[in-house]
Amino acid sequence: MEWVNTIIQGILLGGIYALFAIGLSLSFGIMRLVNIAHGDLIVLSAYVALVVGQNTGLDPISSLVIVVPVMFALGYALQRGLLNSTLSGGLLPPLLVTFGISVIIQNGLLQGFGAYTHRLQVGAIETASVQLPGGIAVGVYPLLVFAVAVCAIASLQLLFYSTRLGRAFRAVSDDADTAELMGIDNRKLYAVALGIAMIFTAIAGILFAIRANFDPAAGPIRLILAFEAVIIGGLGSIWGTLLGGVVLGVSQAVGAALSPTWQILAGHIAFLIILILRPNGLFPRTRD
Amino acid sequence: MTLLRTQNLSAYYGDFQALFDINVTVEEGETVAIIGANGAGKTTFLRAVAGALATDPDTVLFDGQPIGDKTAHEIVRFGIAMVPEGRRLFPSLSVEENLLLGTHSERAGPWSLKRVYELFPRLQELRRLPAPSLSGGQQQMAALGRALMSNPRLLLCDELSLGLAPVVIRDIYECLGAITADGTAVVLVEQDITRALDASARFYCFQEGRLALSAPTKDFDRAALTAAYFGL
Amino acid sequence: MELVRVERGTRASRIFAILAVPALAALVTLPWWGGAGDMRLIAEMAYFLALAQLWNLLAGYAGLVSVGQQAYVGLGAYALFYLTGVLNMNVYLALMITGPFAGLISIPVSFAVFRLRGAYFAVGTWVVAEVFALSASLIGVLGAGSGLSLTPAILRQISPDRATRDTILYLITLAVSVLVFAIVYLLLRSRHGLALTAIRDSEPASASLGVNTFRTKFIIYIVTAACTGLVGGLIFLQKLRVSPEAGFSINDWTVVVIFMVVIGGIGTLEGPFIGMLVFIILRELLADYGSYYLILMGIIAIAVMLKAPSGIWGWVALRYDLQLFPVGRRLALARLEEISGTAK
Repeated sequence: MEWVNTIIQGILLGGIYALFAIGLSLSFGIMRLVNIAHGDLIVLSAYVALVVGQNTGLDPISSLVIVVPVMFALGYALQRGLLNSTLSGGLLPPLLVTFGISVIIQNGLLQGFGAYTHRLQVGAIETASVQLPGGIAVGVYPLLVFAVAVCAIASLQLLFYSTRLGRAFRAVSDDADTAELMGIDNRKLYAVALGIAMIFTAIAGILFAIRANFDPAAGPIRLILAFEAVIIGGLGSIWGTLLGGVVLGVSQAVGAALSPTWQILAGHIAFLIILILRPNGLFPRTRD
Repeated sequence: MTLLRTQNLSAYYGDFQALFDINVTVEEGETVAIIGANGAGKTTFLRAVAGALATDPDTVLFDGQPIGDKTAHEIVRFGIAMVPEGRRLFPSLSVEENLLLGTHSERAGPWSLKRVYELFPRLQELRRLPAPSLSGGQQQMAALGRALMSNPRLLLCDELSLGLAPVVIRDIYECLGAITADGTAVVLVEQDITRALDASARFYCFQEGRLALSAPTKDFDRAALTAAYFGL
Repeated sequence: MELVRVERGTRASRIFAILAVPALAALVTLPWWGGAGDMRLIAEMAYFLALAQLWNLLAGYAGLVSVGQQAYVGLGAYALFYLTGVLNMNVYLALMITGPFAGLISIPVSFAVFRLRGAYFAVGTWVVAEVFALSASLIGVLGAGSGLSLTPAILRQISPDRATRDTILYLITLAVSVLVFAIVYLLLRSRHGLALTAIRDSEPASASLGVNTFRTKFIIYIVTAACTGLVGGLIFLQKLRVSPEAGFSINDWTVVVIFMVVIGGIGTLEGPFIGMLVFIILRELLADYGSYYLILMGIIAIAVMLKAPSGIWGWVALRYDLQLFPVGRRLALARLEEISGTAK
C-alpha cells in the first residue's frame, strides 16, 4: 500500500509541474520561443500576489483577479515590445534576451524584497486531507491543484480546437509566413499567446507559493521542472504536458520514498534517461 | 482607375537583386498572366505585391494607394489575396478550418463557406479531413477557396498547375471562370504557358528579374515569346 | 610562382602583437611591483577571460549554446579537492588531472545533451549541472552539503610561505589563461576552425561538403569541458574551499561569462577580452549597490543582442575592418614584380 500511496502523491505532484509547464509549452509551440525567464515569471507572479495581498487584504486565491490581468498585460507587453524582435534573428537572440530578462527579474526581486523567503497563506486547506478507500490519505490541496491542472489543459484544448483564436494559433504554429499572407497579424498574435501563457503562469505561481516557500532565486528550478515536464511529455502535445508532469512527479515521489533528499535528483535522472531513450518524449506531436 | 500598378518595382533578398524596375498593371476585373522560366522572379513579384517582401511604398499602388511598405496581413485587408506556390495549406487544420482561416481579414463580400462549397463540391465532402490527406488537385482547390474567403478584389495565383495532372488543371482553370465572373481581377503566374495564356487577356514575360515582353494574348507571337522566355 | 598568396596576418594584428609583448611582461612581473590585491584582481580577470574564451568557442563558433558549463567548473574543483584531500595526491599532479577528468566525464554527458537542439540543448546542459550539484550535496566523501576544504598541508606543497604561494598561484593562473587562449586560437586557426565557421554559417551546407559536423562539435565540447575543468580546479585552489552551491553556481560561472561574451562580441576572439573588461569595470563601479550591476549588465546584454548582435568588438571590427587575432585566410594578389621575376 505504501507504493500506491507514493504513486498517488507523485501523480498529484505532477499537477503543479504540468501547470508550470503550460506557459513554456505554449510559447514554444506557437512562437518557437524557449523562455528562459519562465521560472522567474512564475516566481514574479507569487511576489505580485504577495504585494496585492499585503495592500488589499485579499487572500491568494482571490488575488488571482488582479494578478492574472497584470501578468497577462506583462506577457503581452514583453512579447510585443521586446521578444517579437528576437524571433527572426536565429537561435541566440531569443535565448540570450530571455536569459537577460531572467537575470534582471531575479536581481530586481532581490533588490526589492531581499533574500528572505515568503509563503502565501490560505489557512486550513493547506493541510487538510481526505481519506481514500484502502486507508490512503491524500491532501485536499494537492488534489485541488491537480484538478486545476486538468481544467487548465482541457481549457487549452478547447481554445486551440474550438475557437477562432485557437485556429489562428495552430495556423501560425504550422506556417507563420502563410498565416501572415492570409491576413493574420503575427506580431499581435504572438503577444496574445505570451499573455495567455502568463495567465497560466500566474495561476501556477500562486498555487505553488501557497504550498512552498519562495524567494527571488526560486525561478531557475521552476524553469527546469517545467522544461523536464515538457520534454518528457513530448513537444507540441497539450495533454502530453500533463502526462509529462505526472511522470516527473511520480519519479520524484519514488525518489523521495527512498530518501527525502533524493526527490529532485530522481526527477532529473528520470528526465535524462527518457531523453536518452526517447528523445522526442513520450507523446511527441510537432514537426519542427 | 487601374486596380494594381507597379512602378519601377525592384526587390532584393539581402544583397541579391531579384527584380529590376518592373512595371505591371492590372485593371479591375482583368485576368493577367505572368510567365517565365524558373528563377525569373515571378514568385518574388507576387510576394512583393502581397506584402511578404518589403519594397518602397510608391512602387506598388493599389487603387492609387501606395502599399509597397505595408505588411502582408494589412494588404489582405485592402483586398489582395494570395494562393501560394505549393498550396501551403495548414497541416494541423482540417479543410474547413483552412477555409475559415481565410476570413481573418474580415472583409465583406460574396464569398462564404457555402459558396466555396458550391464551387468545389468535393471539398464539402472532405471538409472535416486534415488538409494533408487531400490529393494535389483537391489541395489546390482548398487553397483557392481559402484565398476567396477573404473576398479579394485581386487574386494572386502562384503556379496553380504545379504538380497536377492535366485533367485536374483543366478543372481548376474552369473554376477560374466562376471567380472572375464576379469582377475579381486575377494574376496568374505559371511556367506552363498554354493554360495561363488561354485564361488571360494580357500577359507579361519575366526573364531573370526583368520584364522581357508584354502584350495582349490575342497578339501572341510564339517566336517573340520564346525569345523573351529564354532570354535569347 | 603563384598569382595569389594566402595571408594570415593583418596590419592591425602585427601592431597588436608588438604592443602585447610589453603588456604581457608587465603582467608576468606583477608580483614584484604590485600587491596581493592586484594579483588577486588580475588572476580573477585571467580566469574569467579563460572561461569567456571557452564559452565563446562553444557557443559562438560551434553553435553549442550551453548554460551548464558550471558543471565542469565544479567538477574540476571537486576533482582537485578529492584527489589532494582524500587520496593525498600531490597538488600539481592533481591539478593536471582535473582537465582530462572533466573532459572524460563530458563524453557520456554529451550523449544525453546532444539529443537536444538549440534552446533545449541549453536547458539540458543546465539540468546536467544541477544533477552534478545535487549529487555532490548528497555524497558523503565529497563533504555533502558543506563541501570540502583544502588543508594547510596541501597548501604547503605549493610553498610554505604565503607570499610565495600567492605568487606561484598567480603565475599559474596567468599561464593557464594564456594556455587556454592559445588552445582556442590555434583551434580556430586550424582546419577545425574553418570547419566550425562553415558549420556556423550553414550546418546543412557544410555537412553536404563533407564536414563531419557531429564529430567537430563533439570534439569542441570535450575540449571545452576539459579546459573549463582545469580552470575550475585552479579557481577553487585559490578559494580554498568548495561547496555544491559555490562550485556549480550558475550565477558565478555562467551568467557573468555569457554577459561578457555577448557584450564583448560573440563569435570573435577579441570580444571576450572587451566583455571581461566591461564586467570588471561595472562591478567595481557599482560595488556598493548590491546586485544592481547584474541588472545593468542584463540590460546592456539585451540591448546589445537587439541592436548590435555582434557586440562591441563586432561593431568596431565591422566599421574599421580590424582583426587583432587573425583566424581567417585572405587572398592577396602577388605584386607585379614577383610575377615577372624582377623582384629582389
